[in-house]
Amino acid sequence: MVLGFIEHVGGAPTSLSLELLTMARRLAQRMGVPLEALVIGGSGASASGILASYGVSVVHVADDERLSAYAPAAWAHTMVQLVEAAHPAVVIGTGSDRGAEVMAHVAARLRLPLAANCTEVIPGNPFLVTRQRWGGSLLEEARLKGAVKLLTVAPHAVTVEADATATDIEVETKRPSLEDKDFRVTVVPQVEADTGKVSLAQARVVVGGGRGVGSAEGFQALEELASLLGGAVGCSRAVTSLGWRPHADQVGQTGMRIAPDLYIACGISGAIQHMVGCRAAKHILAINTDKEAPIVAQADYAVIGDVKAVVTAVTSEIRRLKPS
Amino acid sequence: MNVLVCIKRVPATGGHIALTPDGQNIDTRYLGFTISPHEECAVEEAVRLIEKHGGSSTVLTLGPEVATEQLRDAMALGMDRAVLLETDGREWDPVATTDAIVAAIERDRAAGRDYDLLLFGNESADSAGYQVGVRVAAALDLPCVTGIKALEIREGKAAVRRQTESGWETSEVTVPAVLTVKEGINLPRYPSLPGRLKAKKKEIERSRPQWVDGGLEKVRLSLPVQAAHTVEMLGQNGDVGPQVVELFRRLRLL
Repeated sequence: MVLGFIEHVGGAPTSLSLELLTMARRLAQRMGVPLEALVIGGSGASASGILASYGVSVVHVADDERLSAYAPAAWAHTMVQLVEAAHPAVVIGTGSDRGAEVMAHVAARLRLPLAANCTEVIPGNPFLVTRQRWGGSLLEEARLKGAVKLLTVAPHAVTVEADATATDIEVETKRPSLEDKDFRVTVVPQVEADTGKVSLAQARVVVGGGRGVGSAEGFQALEELASLLGGAVGCSRAVTSLGWRPHADQVGQTGMRIAPDLYIACGISGAIQHMVGCRAAKHILAINTDKEAPIVAQADYAVIGDVKAVVTAVTSEIRRLKPS
Repeated sequence: MNVLVCIKRVPATGGHIALTPDGQNIDTRYLGFTISPHEECAVEEAVRLIEKHGGSSTVLTLGPEVATEQLRDAMALGMDRAVLLETDGREWDPVATTDAIVAAIERDRAAGRDYDLLLFGNESADSAGYQVGVRVAAALDLPCVTGIKALEIREGKAAVRRQTESGWETSEVTVPAVLTVKEGINLPRYPSLPGRLKAKKKEIERSRPQWVDGGLEKVRLSLPVQAAHTVEMLGQNGDVGPQVVELFRRLRLL
């Protein structure tokens, strides 16, 4: 059996969980074994309809009201008990923060290897995986050993596809046996006040600035352009290291991963750590003085020139056409 | 309080990655090396904790002899003591890495040095296994919170915050504890010249742990296939306003 660890919001599986199910079903079919799922947290059983349409034959629901809050060690202990009772050949989690955290706890408890952020799995002996390194700028082919194969799926590496031949699903509700120790860490969500600003994660247009913007003040021109386009401002790691912008604005391997319709990269060289954060953008427009900068070769559109001069010319043209 | 920070030496990559001909490693002939970014912030956090609460900080790395460069960088930022778990340069997977770190922590404990906080990066920049901190916590039976972006110590507890896609979440954990840090928790300072000179003279404690097969074995590395595409040049300098606005219209952004 292949077992998928499903994350959900009120019974609706997250999009990364659907990607996981797509990969897990193909793997289960290739191995000739059933696909099952574990759902933890309130209203998990209501996910069964959607899970059935993705080819899940049994959904295991953990019944313990203490599990309605996220407690990584307790969630992992619940998974470990299911693994010990049901003996899956493969256990797959998502590459989300929670998926990675729970699977790391599971691997630690079972003392088994874990392959993080896989893009491809080839079952057999040896059991081969392809996994992402450097935020996906590099791929590693690896042999994964262990009595149970543990892995997480790289986000956005699989296109979601429901199962054409889905049939009935069985719901198995069980109460895990958990200790107080499993609840030493419990996570409480903190609701933020809505600032009314377009968030970097949701914006259709992101205007990103790098060292080439020149100074913290230089970002004013970028703010203006973003506001005219209803977008948000982002930046490179060089800029946060210089203290010009807060880290929350950083796009890249150790910052935000964004997927806007258009990313306007102003004075950004295009180091791989930055491209990891913006390569999901539908289009990239590079504004750079150096036509040899790596960003230009990776962009769809480019303007060669000084950031301030170009951005100011663009904002004046927008203003000329749409006087406010 | 006593704080341990575990760091990793990684190449400082630029515009693209090149591989060695055998596909086993990144070609680092023309690259510098650095402390993996999340861990650099863990070092800064430890230095600030000791400045505020008193105590001692230790920085530890598992890596080749040249990784002493990153241990000295950490000491230049203010870490008190450094430990090198020296390898022969081959790849240590997360299980093997965990075993070596746990053994070193237990040696320190036997010598009377207990840690209140063990800080790791959430994931290393290069191999990105997302698990060593969690594994060390499990082996030592300590609580663990991953991916923290704020930390405050009060009355024997660590109050932490982590960022989610939609906002923040909080947690509180009794120390001793393992915390894995994400960049953004602080802005690391630049090392001072006196700090660098002091770090140069400090002793580094060394040992050579035994490599074990942890069960995740690299076969080869490859670069993802890039779809071929062309760049449309819109123009140069200040006279491009109309062309760029035309593009915004084509993309239905205006």
